[in-house]
Amino acid sequence: MINTILDIHTIRKDFPILNRKVNGEALVYLDNAATSQTPKMVIDTIVDYYTRYNSNIHRGVHQLSQEATEMYEEARLKIQKHFNASQSHEIIFTPGTTYGINLVANGFTTLLNKGDEIIVSALEHHSNIVPWQMLCERTGAVLKVIPMDLEGQLVMDEYHKLLNPKTKLVFCNHVSNALGTINPIEEIITAAHKVGAAVLIDGAQAAPHIKADVQQLDVDFYVVSGHKMCGPTGVGVLYGKEEWLRKLPPYQGGGEMIAEVTFEKTTYADLPHKFEAGTPNISGGIAFGAALDYMNTIGFNAIAQYEDELLKYATEQLLTIEDLKIYGTSTDKTAVVSFNIEGIHPYDIGSILDKLGVAVRTGHHCAQPIMDFYKIPGTVRASFSFYNTKEEIDILVAGVKRAKAMLI
Amino acid sequence: MSIKEIQEEIIDEFSMFDDWMQRYEYMIELGKSLPLIDEQYKTEENIIKGCQSKVWVHAELNDDKLVFTADSDAIITKGIIAILIRTFSNQKPSDIIAADTDYIDQIGLKEHLSPTRANGLVSMIKQLKMYAIAYQTQLN
Repeated sequence: MINTILDIHTIRKDFPILNRKVNGEALVYLDNAATSQTPKMVIDTIVDYYTRYNSNIHRGVHQLSQEATEMYEEARLKIQKHFNASQSHEIIFTPGTTYGINLVANGFTTLLNKGDEIIVSALEHHSNIVPWQMLCERTGAVLKVIPMDLEGQLVMDEYHKLLNPKTKLVFCNHVSNALGTINPIEEIITAAHKVGAAVLIDGAQAAPHIKADVQQLDVDFYVVSGHKMCGPTGVGVLYGKEEWLRKLPPYQGGGEMIAEVTFEKTTYADLPHKFEAGTPNISGGIAFGAALDYMNTIGFNAIAQYEDELLKYATEQLLTIEDLKIYGTSTDKTAVVSFNIEGIHPYDIGSILDKLGVAVRTGHHCAQPIMDFYKIPGTVRASFSFYNTKEEIDILVAGVKRAKAMLI
Repeated sequence: MSIKEIQEEIIDEFSMFDDWMQRYEYMIELGKSLPLIDEQYKTEENIIKGCQSKVWVHAELNDDKLVFTADSDAIITKGIIAILIRTFSNQKPSDIIAADTDYIDQIGLKEHLSPTRANGLVSMIKQLKMYAIAYQTQLN
């Protein structure tokens, strides 16, 4: 029995998808790091939007537009409160984390000079490597990498050595998507600020488990995706300190982001609209707010405590399988277990687990540098959420044993 | 045997299996047992990189027929390659160009040919067809 104050049985009833069958078996959804499932109240929020007040925001004189605008802006306030941003215009709605990263990378094109340095961590997702490589190509800046160790942790001594007055930007994920390592971002941010560098933290993997306080962290930019925290796909948030958001140029041109347009000159709208060109994902933004309400009602402390129990149990049970190796063994981890069985390709294990109704991710998890570091083609990754159960972990472990028996 | 006849034969063989377990066990057997490609052809040039598994393909003309050898680092992928090779290797390029892969759906392995699996098989089939088109041009 796992010790928790949460009533998991009742929580599971909030998620209609958990009742479905896959290949004739009850779904065991353990791919939460890729996308989380959606509670009914969030689905209802989307249905309610399209049923009652679907209309374009910020521009209509009519009742529906006013209602939609109010709901959308209310969601922004909920997000501001959740991440404890000091001002609501520091919350920029985006289509997701990748967009937020690209927005910042693009903006820094005008702020970097040849020879400036950008630091990224070895634990990054491709979406947090490629935009910086492109930025370096555009500006002549140089990309430096914080190395990782065998446990899947960043080598912080090396990070401190990389920092110097030429360092202008540091990018790191709060939690590694491939391994689940929680990175020491407080230390990363403080040290970067000492040399005058700005810091962007990719919070996509952390946000479903850890409630980040952007003021306490003193982080310059923090990006998240709604779909990893019980919200819909296609919506996310870029938090930026006001002073930085004012320095960065707009990313995309279009409606919403302008104050005045003539053919000679356009004056840009103030924050946050400067970065929100075009009609946004209105229902998505509102539903993201609802998802945060849902998760906060359950409570992030209780979620973290329960998921930690799941992680411990899954790690313990999986390690009873001979020749199974877990990648990412930091003591500071979210509920992610990335593993392989010696001599077996992760794709083969994933294919058999799928037939048993167990959804895991296999492959390189868009983090090829990490796989290259371990010299493996990929891993099987099981990632847990607060609606998962001990029984589901038992099904996973039995499935892995069965796959091993078939494949060896 | 023609491609169509081989496909019918494979469908017939798979119809003996009662469930996915038996189908997968058979494929895993195929994947384990066959040396599918000569080591010298496992080159960077012949590789098809999927997000999931890697596939190597080599083709050569033997008289007027195209002979394929291929391999993968994942066993289930390799098992499907064995089935594809049995079907398409040692056939005339024009017949390979005209053939389809619907039989893979019929033997219950459709999901492995889905582009979302990114296991290299979809690209492999395209590659087989490309070789057939290239060699067909040469034969003409």
